[in-house]
Amino acid sequence: MSDKLYLYPVWIRIWHIFNAVFFLVLLLSGISMQYASPDFMLMPFDVAVTSHNVAGIGISIAYFIYLIGFVFTSNKKHYKIECKGLIGQLITQMRYYLFGVFKGEESPYPSTEESKFNPLQKVTYVGVLFVLFPVLIFTGLPLMFPEVIIDDFFGIGGTLLTALVHASAGFFASLFLVIHLYFATMGASFSSNFKSIINGYHESH
Amino acid sequence: MVNKYKLVILCLFACLFLGGSQSIAQDVADNGKCLKCHGQVFYEYDNEWTGQVDRKPLNPFHHIDSVKMHQSVHKMFACIDCHSMDYETFPHDGELRLEAKYTCMDCHGGDDTYAKYNFEGIEEAFMESVHFQASEERFNCWSCHDAHGYELALRNDKSIVEVVELSNNMCLSCHDNKFKYGLISDDQPKQINEIHAWLPNQDSHFKKVRCVDCHTNVQKDVLVSHNILPKEKALKNCVQCHSANSVLMESLYAYRAKESRESSGFLNAVILNEGYMIGANRNQTLNNISIGIFSLMILGLLVHLILRFILIKKK
Repeated sequence: MSDKLYLYPVWIRIWHIFNAVFFLVLLLSGISMQYASPDFMLMPFDVAVTSHNVAGIGISIAYFIYLIGFVFTSNKKHYKIECKGLIGQLITQMRYYLFGVFKGEESPYPSTEESKFNPLQKVTYVGVLFVLFPVLIFTGLPLMFPEVIIDDFFGIGGTLLTALVHASAGFFASLFLVIHLYFATMGASFSSNFKSIINGYHESH
Repeated sequence: MVNKYKLVILCLFACLFLGGSQSIAQDVADNGKCLKCHGQVFYEYDNEWTGQVDRKPLNPFHHIDSVKMHQSVHKMFACIDCHSMDYETFPHDGELRLEAKYTCMDCHGGDDTYAKYNFEGIEEAFMESVHFQASEERFNCWSCHDAHGYELALRNDKSIVEVVELSNNMCLSCHDNKFKYGLISDDQPKQINEIHAWLPNQDSHFKKVRCVDCHTNVQKDVLVSHNILPKEKALKNCVQCHSANSVLMESLYAYRAKESRESSGFLNAVILNEGYMIGANRNQTLNNISIGIFSLMILGLLVHLILRFILIKKK
């Protein structure tokens, strides 16, 4: 019998759904544009450009709303990282994922109402939400209006540099998505974490 | 002694500048007599009937931009090399307007000096173009090319943005000017922005791509294809440019491609000299690294997943 904790309030769940949909559209349309070819297309180029632009604006608005929620609710407590002992905690969590999980060990940092993420999750989510997201937004928006980008940045074309940073950040975001989806299967059951983000209740092991 | 040196240096400078001005004078024909009126917006003349000096507006179609003319490929020609000598008298004889004009082929056709430009290929393509087919004799070289201001753009060191601007201005001189358009057609020119409303980032496309890059098929034997296609046949499939095999590499960038940054590792690197094009510019090394990292991650997660299943089954 597992315990249930209410960890995902309605606004987080709504944001997460929108974020997931926009993220998927951006990923598919981004890959489609980057590897565009007359012989093979995930989607027509003009559809890819339009959907990438629309989803880009959508995810930026959703991110802005998330930031407001982050500042004005207690949700921010879950992202507080204590530097003291962090390395040790990260090693403990990684050891659990690499070995402990196969031995049937208990999670070293189980979710609680005060801290729903383990140290590795905290570092990853802070990195994604407060480094990767801003990089993607602040390089993506100018690419929608390339005329605002400077022509030359220390000998490198401004648009090329912006596009390279954007595509690289997008690549890391795609890595995050796959890992995020896989680790979501490591809940109390294979599907419990997926249910949690729908109904708000986290099922403990 | 010092004064002698000064004198020698002064003589050297004088020779340098005089020599320079002579060579400029040799390159550019003196057309001052014609440009006195045709280089101006208003012209003046002594009216022998009234004894006054009249000031009249010059017909804009007869105006010559003297600065452009002095930079053009035809700058060494006197006006009367191409136009009747009778133009030297003023007022000009009214019948002179019936004078037949030279076309490009009258001078450049069948001449080995200009073989690299392949004027014959240009003429052949032009005859097939929608312009010639629709209006035949009324449409000629001068409808697009300004004989008095034509300059080589791609073959010179002009930036691609300048090349695009010069080329597109040729098209817009009619398609955005109802008076010049009216010389060929009874219709009104359509609004360029409206008929290209489907094109994303219109501004960027108009600044970075020539009209002819979409409105002609690549003609390998000439630098710029002259077979303007009917609008239905214009390039509309984005990936024909936005892909590894971008057609722009055979048209707009064909001439510069030879001098491309081959060592940079980017596909179609020559485009990067002037900008960046989604789909056409990819870095092969970064591509390989990203595919490698992604594959390793998927492999790692698959192994993890399989091990989890095996252990769950054992329990």
